[in-house]
Amino acid sequence: MDLKLLEQITQAFGPSGYEQEVRDLIYQEVKSYADEIQVNPLGTLVAYRAAKQGQGQPQRLMLAAHMDEIGLMVTHVEEKGFLRFTSVGGVRPLNRIGGRARFQDGTVGVVYVERREDTRSTPELRHLYLDVGAESRETCPFKVGDVASFFGPLVKQGSRLISKAMDDRIGCYILMEVLRRLEAPAYDVFFAFTTQEEITLSGARTTGYQVEPDIAIAIDVTATGDTPKALPMEVVLGKGPAIKVKDSGMIAHPRVRQMLVEAAVRSQVPYQMEVLVGGTTDAAAIQLVRSGVPSGALSVPCRYVHSPSEMVDASDVEHAIEMLTTLLTTPPQ
Amino acid sequence: MDTLKLLKQLSEISGPAGYEHAVADALTHLWQPLADEVRTDAMGNVIALQYATGASNGEVNQRLMLAAHMDEIGLIVTGLEGEFLRIHALGGTDRRVLLGLEVDVHGREILPGVIGARPPHVLPAAERNRIPPWHELFVDVGLPAERVRELVRVGDYVTPRAPLRTLKNDRAAGKALDNRASVAAVTLALAELRRRQHAWDIYAVATIQEEVGTKGATTSAYGIAPALAVALDVTFATQHDDSAPGTFALGSGPTIGVGPNFHPEIVSRLKQAAEAEEIPYVIEPLPGSSGTDAWAIQLAREGIPTGLISIPLRYMHQPVELVDRKDIERAARLLARFASDLEADFRPHWEDEL
Amino acid sequence: MNDTITYLETLSNAHGVSGAETQVRRVIRSLVQEHVDGVEVDAVGNLITWKSGTGSSRLRVLVAAHMDEVGFMVVGHTNDGALRFETVGGIPARILPGLTVLVGPDALPGVIGIRAIHRLKERKSTNQVPQVSDLAIDVGARDREEAQRLAPVGTTAVFATRFRQTDASCIGKAFDDRAGCATLVSLLRAPRFPFDLFGVFTVQEEVGLRGAQVASYRIKPDAGVTLEGTLADDLPKEDSDVSPTTALGQGPAITVMDRSYITPPRLLQHFTQVAEREGLPYQFKQPGIGGTDSGGIHRAGKGVPTITVAVPCRYIHSPASILRKHDLNAWGQLVDAALRSLTPDVLTPQLSE
Repeated sequence: MDLKLLEQITQAFGPSGYEQEVRDLIYQEVKSYADEIQVNPLGTLVAYRAAKQGQGQPQRLMLAAHMDEIGLMVTHVEEKGFLRFTSVGGVRPLNRIGGRARFQDGTVGVVYVERREDTRSTPELRHLYLDVGAESRETCPFKVGDVASFFGPLVKQGSRLISKAMDDRIGCYILMEVLRRLEAPAYDVFFAFTTQEEITLSGARTTGYQVEPDIAIAIDVTATGDTPKALPMEVVLGKGPAIKVKDSGMIAHPRVRQMLVEAAVRSQVPYQMEVLVGGTTDAAAIQLVRSGVPSGALSVPCRYVHSPSEMVDASDVEHAIEMLTTLLTTPPQ
Repeated sequence: MDTLKLLKQLSEISGPAGYEHAVADALTHLWQPLADEVRTDAMGNVIALQYATGASNGEVNQRLMLAAHMDEIGLIVTGLEGEFLRIHALGGTDRRVLLGLEVDVHGREILPGVIGARPPHVLPAAERNRIPPWHELFVDVGLPAERVRELVRVGDYVTPRAPLRTLKNDRAAGKALDNRASVAAVTLALAELRRRQHAWDIYAVATIQEEVGTKGATTSAYGIAPALAVALDVTFATQHDDSAPGTFALGSGPTIGVGPNFHPEIVSRLKQAAEAEEIPYVIEPLPGSSGTDAWAIQLAREGIPTGLISIPLRYMHQPVELVDRKDIERAARLLARFASDLEADFRPHWEDEL
Repeated sequence: MNDTITYLETLSNAHGVSGAETQVRRVIRSLVQEHVDGVEVDAVGNLITWKSGTGSSRLRVLVAAHMDEVGFMVVGHTNDGALRFETVGGIPARILPGLTVLVGPDALPGVIGIRAIHRLKERKSTNQVPQVSDLAIDVGARDREEAQRLAPVGTTAVFATRFRQTDASCIGKAFDDRAGCATLVSLLRAPRFPFDLFGVFTVQEEVGLRGAQVASYRIKPDAGVTLEGTLADDLPKEDSDVSPTTALGQGPAITVMDRSYITPPRLLQHFTQVAEREGLPYQFKQPGIGGTDSGGIHRAGKGVPTITVAVPCRYIHSPASILRKHDLNAWGQLVDAALRSLTPDVLTPQLSE
């Protein structure tokens, strides 16, 4: 595992709409491995590799991982210099209180909650504020519209990896690794590092329109059912990448699901079948593009999604890279 | 074609959102003799094409799309807990009707099962008035855990075991009448159109995954790129506990939708067709989303003038959905008349364009 | 710029509930016809106009304003001749009692009245907001048959407000988004831009940003600008140290992010730089509030960098909104200047080597 790259990619600043830093990093990493690279109007980076094996006209296969992470945007600067904010993507107040946010220039802010009468009710986003240490509105260096990401350094412990933005920088990492290792693709492959997944899925939708793939697979994270009192869910950490059956935005196309199962079996890696009740991926948008794209998803099991400390297992990541590589180099039947 | 026989056949096929293949197979069979071409697109929508009367393959005629979704609501296996199956919704499944329901589990075989309900003797008082949340519901297929593991996997689908029952006054009740009643109507309309002249190419589409977000409609409308579209769905019939505005009497004919989802000229043509055929109908006001395939079809490509015909149905999203045979037949005739009245060069306009 | 106020008056007084925008379309067509190269109504009712550029820029720019307003639709009738209705778009029930509306294409006056306070059975009912399903519009009809004849199911109705002015402000209905329509009319009547301009007056924004999506798909512009009348919440509140969303008198409100889309940073920067260069006031709308046609425009085709620039209006989605003339003028000037100085490098995401 390339821990240095993983650290760079997870720690890069890139809330939805502000993915520049992540895109530049990925570009530097992949430019020598792609036949062609371009950026489209909403900022998705697409790295293309032409098919090198197989019979007849190659199919177009699009793999999508999103560069954007959730974050916050300043909505109001109070008289005393505290900042109020709105969520960029799905921010859960409970797991942010006491944590930190980071602006693009590196300034750190403490996220905390105002004192409330009813301390037993769950706080909402409007009860939270950000303290960057400013004394007043006039001396506060930030204004309405400024964007911050959250703070969560990368830690490896045994086979567990913990960081902010595993969703979906781990997907970006996987695609970069697959692209690096890819020798003789059996498809025309489009590696799409998408924008704005956490807010609108618009990066994936518009890229799907532009690329016109025959098949699309999103690489993202999914939840697990292996933590205390978790809602029943079959996926657990360390038992292999999860092949999506259904989530709240999409029912995977059976043919794509089958392709992924066969790739896992052929690579001899463990895998799990995933039904996710809350949450979706870029594939939900791509499947509806033009006259439809058979789509599926390969998920990295992840505990604590949308918290500062998203946790995945290195073996699941490695297995995902292996089975994807197998999939790309196996000619379709 | 016997309407109730057709309805029975269509109702009893299991085809929840995302798993419509059994319905697709049946419809491909049913529609073959009624169309010039029948195919299934990449997403799973079934499309039957009837060329304009007397036209051949090379001619370019305007295209009318008729859409009726073939998926039903259902359940999906999310996990195995010993001999019990955990489940969740496929579409807007009503949890209130699940306790004690007999189901079919579509695993490696079709297994009969029951959604277990604890008897009143052991239910604490608080429980009796509570519908269990999803994570407390389970299916019992009456087999030991090892056998269940062999036969059922995460992702398998589950549907109610509910044979169609004929009731009094030509009414029928069963599962999936949302939207098999409309699929039946489209089938009857195709048969009727074979007997009439029509100047447009007609694309009848059995769409997938309406219940999880009108997915099939969005993609098939883009693919077909029709000049006009009419969707068929069901609407709320007046019933013993609901006669508020927004419900329509069973047996008083199909409804025709008005509102932002529908082009005014399509609406007036549907009304004219109904009057010409002496079909009773009711205007259904829809101030916002119609909640049907029509909402998605209208925005395909550069926009498509759209209409909606709905069949009144009681107890929607329950295994006892109830319709009146006459309403199905009326919907079919209305569709056929509308389609056959379209002049070859017809183009809908806006009032201020004339 | 006084012309914009004249257009606003005519447009504000016109009727056009989502799905029934015909009258507004007629007015706009008559105002722009002579000044553009083409006018068309598309399959969903959008009024699409185009005005070729001088040729110095190859960009294609879409500027949108929505024609539809929130209002009502008749859904049924009562035995004694009243009209049952539902709201079209987001209107809170609490502003409905005591309202006067105009029903149908003939603008039949009707009133929404409730049980007299004297006759309420319980005192606490004086604090209760009635449900829309308990309300009805009374046009004076004697019975069900007459009501059905006058206003059949599907008929739309609007607030009865007539436009008025004070020295500083305009007062009227549907400034969301007839203000945008008026400003777009002014832009189309102005001298040619360097690029081809597509002025699109959209339908059905209030029920889901719908018209904008198909117009953007058809035109496939390089950039999109949405002109809106957006909410100003600069009103007395218990806690005064909170965001007003936008405030009257502080200039046009630029959207950084709302619930439907996010403005690309370079495009945002272009507009703020132009404002500063031209000495025009501007503010950022509170991020995360509401949705606009930019939501439909940006996601069409291969994607379109898009921005919403709005005039602050108090009391939108209620009978009478208020805006400041000063804001309206500054808004028109900012949009005009920002458009005329738009270059491709503002729109293309850069890759750092």
